[in-house]
Amino acid sequence: MTAITNYIQSLFLWELLKGLRLTGRYMFKRKITVQYPEEKTPQSHRFRGLHALRRYPNGEERCIACKLCEAVCPAVAITIESEQRDDGSRRTTRYDIDLTKCIFCGFCEESCPVDSIVETRIFEYHGEKRGDLLMTKPRLLEIGDMVEKQIAEDRAKDALYR
Amino acid sequence: MLEIIYQFISQNLLLPLTSFLVPLDYQPQAMTVLQTIIKILAILIPVLLTVAYFTYAERKVIGFIQGRIGPNRVGFFGFSLWGLGQPIADAVKLIVKEIVIPTGSNRTLFIMAPVLSLAPSLAAWAVLPFDDTKVLANINAGLLYVLALTSLAVYGVIIAGWASNSKYAFLGALRSAAQIVAYEIAMGFALVGVVVASGSLNLGEIVNSQSGSIIHWFWLPLFPLFVIYFISGLAETNRAPFDVAEGESEIVAGFHVEYGGMAFSVFFMAEYANMILIAVLSAIMFCGGWLSPFEGIPGLEGLFTWVPPMFWLLAKTSFFMFLFLWFRATFPRYRYDQIMRLGWKVFIPITIFWLVVVSALVVTDTPPWFN
Repeated sequence: MTAITNYIQSLFLWELLKGLRLTGRYMFKRKITVQYPEEKTPQSHRFRGLHALRRYPNGEERCIACKLCEAVCPAVAITIESEQRDDGSRRTTRYDIDLTKCIFCGFCEESCPVDSIVETRIFEYHGEKRGDLLMTKPRLLEIGDMVEKQIAEDRAKDALYR
Repeated sequence: MLEIIYQFISQNLLLPLTSFLVPLDYQPQAMTVLQTIIKILAILIPVLLTVAYFTYAERKVIGFIQGRIGPNRVGFFGFSLWGLGQPIADAVKLIVKEIVIPTGSNRTLFIMAPVLSLAPSLAAWAVLPFDDTKVLANINAGLLYVLALTSLAVYGVIIAGWASNSKYAFLGALRSAAQIVAYEIAMGFALVGVVVASGSLNLGEIVNSQSGSIIHWFWLPLFPLFVIYFISGLAETNRAPFDVAEGESEIVAGFHVEYGGMAFSVFFMAEYANMILIAVLSAIMFCGGWLSPFEGIPGLEGLFTWVPPMFWLLAKTSFFMFLFLWFRATFPRYRYDQIMRLGWKVFIPITIFWLVVVSALVVTDTPPWFN
């Protein structure tokens, strides 16, 4: 009996008509496209975008050249060179992040004992010539200065869960 | 409206042209040739424009069905106009691109193949009646001509696959060849049903023999043949769910992997022109062509007499064209052995069976269709 019903159903394209009905209904449903440059989806405060180096409020850079980020980086995108400054503290002379290598995993941010290297919410950037995507220390600090307010807010929000 | 434009062009453009350029003895012949060319242009330019905007409609419809909005950026003069400029931009891009001819390919055939697949699908429009009087070539073997030309289109695919000297292209061509052989028969039988029912091979007479009302159209007495004709049409045009000749997930792009630029876009146009052709033919042979669907309904019949008959043909064609897109958005690709099974073991027996039924209906003069 089921064999016969199955046969008749397939002969009259029953399942196909059901499929057509479903897609036909979807045609009139609300469209979920986000029209990107004009509309944007909400971002998490844990968004991992372009990197930045932060400073203390007094203007001193946070990074102490412990090289934990360099060690933890799974893509080996970070290169750090350091020296002793005149006041005896250890500081970086070179802090490079190769964005073409970086996989934006956020390990550097997590490993940092002084919250110096962070990932910002900036994701709309591009490089126009060779080297544009090699972030050097001054550039990273510049980004940090630019969006420090946002970074601080996001850290404060996330502090509860750390 | 169209007649007035045509008369205007004939009187004011063609007549002075011939009388100025052609010797007196040959003027009538020259006039006929020029008038035919004008008529051909009057058919082909709208067809090609429809092809362009059919690609846009496809992207829009499939987008809508998938919860997207489809192309909506490219417009004219800074206005986005729901992306209506998209086909033009695509065309410009494809025209500008280089045509790469593979080293191991057969150069002549490689260039010929796209043309071979586009030309028949455009040539078939010659015999299609747009209403009682508007037909370019009112020949008595119109249906046979159409059948011959729609089968010819597959040569383009086969030659493309073969001339490319690429294994994927060749696989696509082989698949397409076997598929066409299977579905051509079912399609032919479906058309034989139409011929039996209407008693004519002339497309205009086929439409006229359907007149009466919406239930006099052949879709009702020939329903299985109608469905099979349309599905075979899908297979014939290599459209989803029968697009194994292209099969981008299995054999990259099938027969046209090696094509680029304009050569590719000619294949693309051929596919869409074929779809439009199948849609028009379904409308003409099974859905009463230019006949109004309100014919024979007492109140509504009078209301719609002002609508030009051609409008009904275009409306029916658009519906079938929409079906092509709807099917593509709905059905996954058939497995190859299932395609073969469907063609040989389902469609051909059903068409033969229904041919007997139709013949019986015709012989016994069954009302309301065959009395």
